[in-house]
Amino acid sequence: MKSINTPLCAVLLGSLFSCSVTADSEIEFELSGKLSLEARGFLESPAYEGQHSGRGALSLALEPDMYWAMNNGSDTVTFKPFFRLDQQDNQRTHADIRELSWTHLGDGWELRSGLRKVFWGVTEFQHLVDVINQSDAVEDIDSEDKLGQPMINLSLVRDWGIVDLYLLPGFREQTFAGRSGRLRTPLVVDTDNAQYEAGNKEWHTDLAVRWSHSVGDFDLGTYWFRGTQRTPELSLDLSGSSPMLVPTYVQMNQFGFDLQATLNSWLWKAELIWRDTDKEHYWASQAGFEYTFYGIADSDADLGVLLEYGWDQRGEDATAIFQNDISAGARITLNDANSTEFLAGFIHDLDYHSTSFQVEASRRIGSGWKVSVDGRFFAAKNSRDPLSALDDDSHIQLTLDRYF
Amino acid sequence: MNTFKSLSHWLLAGAFALTASVSLQASAETAEEKGLRISQDTKVKDDGWKDLQAEMVMILRNSQGEESIREIRLKSLEMENDGDKSLSIFDKPLDVKGTAFLSFSHPVGADDQWLYLPALKRVKRIASRNKSGPFMGSEFAYEDLTSFEIEKYTYKYLREEACGAEQCHVIEQYPVDQYSGYTRRVVWVDQSELRLQKVVFYDRKDALLKTLTYHDYQQYLNKHWRPDLMKMENHQSKKSTDLRWKDYQFSTGLDDSDFNKNSLKRAR
Repeated sequence: MKSINTPLCAVLLGSLFSCSVTADSEIEFELSGKLSLEARGFLESPAYEGQHSGRGALSLALEPDMYWAMNNGSDTVTFKPFFRLDQQDNQRTHADIRELSWTHLGDGWELRSGLRKVFWGVTEFQHLVDVINQSDAVEDIDSEDKLGQPMINLSLVRDWGIVDLYLLPGFREQTFAGRSGRLRTPLVVDTDNAQYEAGNKEWHTDLAVRWSHSVGDFDLGTYWFRGTQRTPELSLDLSGSSPMLVPTYVQMNQFGFDLQATLNSWLWKAELIWRDTDKEHYWASQAGFEYTFYGIADSDADLGVLLEYGWDQRGEDATAIFQNDISAGARITLNDANSTEFLAGFIHDLDYHSTSFQVEASRRIGSGWKVSVDGRFFAAKNSRDPLSALDDDSHIQLTLDRYF
Repeated sequence: MNTFKSLSHWLLAGAFALTASVSLQASAETAEEKGLRISQDTKVKDDGWKDLQAEMVMILRNSQGEESIREIRLKSLEMENDGDKSLSIFDKPLDVKGTAFLSFSHPVGADDQWLYLPALKRVKRIASRNKSGPFMGSEFAYEDLTSFEIEKYTYKYLREEACGAEQCHVIEQYPVDQYSGYTRRVVWVDQSELRLQKVVFYDRKDALLKTLTYHDYQQYLNKHWRPDLMKMENHQSKKSTDLRWKDYQFSTGLDDSDFNKNSLKRAR
């Protein structure tokens, strides 16, 4: 009973000290995290009514990471809240619990319960097979920031691979920029009136099962997901004082597959999904390679080149950005003491002839600081292209991170 | 009397046989064979460590003497008939805290390596071809930190000479892997316990590149010798890295289940 008592007590009381009275089981506590100051400068004036007229915006984010380990590490609890204050967009000023979970380690199995984040996939420009967590889209447009998803995940390690079973009670709505924010659709998304296909709305329980394995040079995974589609369909609502977009979350079944072959300096990558909703069913894929030149020009620096292609069976009817898009990029890592890195890439839409271009540079300063510069540039004139909404939102962003 | 005579005869014959076999062996063993044999002995002498946990602190110094710190916890598992498995967890610098690295090394062919990126919760299989690159910006290359396997080199015995208070074998090692950053390494192994005392590295152009020295050896489980300090000096860049080892623990009962993608994700 004692071994169960300890983690529960930590979860419920959330405090190291109130639990440390348990005589024979030691609790290890660790606090770390980061504080980020971000300055964004937009190259053009805002395109839509209501957007803040200032070209520059400051923002501050805090992400502490608290960790408790008990029973020689067999039970661990992680709590990772997230806060952001944004000068321009009240929707971007938000808080979330990225993680509040308890993990119990058994012999050949692990049970992970609570709010968590799960990543699936291998490609770089789009994360097509990654479906468990909702995107925190006000953070960044690259879908890499995620909201914590409630789950019970049983993970089984076998000789023939790892099997993960997921029970996902409860759904998180995607975040969208508010009226005064940049990087949004021409009409504001009304996040207060989300519609659902499921009768029990955001309380629908989703299910997923995934198998993944490494065989020699190959890493592969496949899964089936049944539940609420993370990306909403947006429809025009004229009932209010000003027209808005209403998000509708439909039900889907999705089969996914991902593969990476690691052959010398080559990484060959492929992701594939088959999605079935009430309205449509289709295939989509993202695939390509990464090749690295090591120690270029007799230095310690490495140069990686990436090329990927994204395809969606629905073609121009697709609401997805990557329906017939080619992406290419280059990454330079200096491998110096300050971990200096440069990344540049573009995504070109072969149907709409639109292009987005992205550059990133980062390095560590001292022992607890990191500075990064990001530039994002959009050239998308065809109004049928979903990317065209961002045509006037090219920007440069400077971020200073303080780690503790 | 008879007994004495036959005994002395037997002893003499034995002594003769012994010298004969020694001189025979000496004449038959080439410098290449001797270099290989001593390297094999070195490896065999340390066999049976089963598993190991330790903490390492790296102090990187640039040519101006400015320092930066790396802290890594290491777990490794001895494999029979294959290279070791290892899991490294990064604690410092703080921006990479929680990053973890899983490696299955192989005596021949590419190692299998995965990196866990905690911010994305992503496990990434990475190419292990990059042997010669610097490890975390230090003067240690990845290939300097992977487990020593006989098949990774060919050998040549050079000479015997004093090394500090010890007498050392000096052996030249030529990496088999075409992607190694070295044409050769010259290693000093002490004769008393077969411990590495010094390694001198020559770059792809065969120019003197680095010197690694081992300090403050401690013995664990009455068998396994490990240094408390390894000092790497780069003669070309004038940078150096000290690698301090702490809290060595042998045979703590780690097994295969501590070295898979799930253990990589929960490592911290």
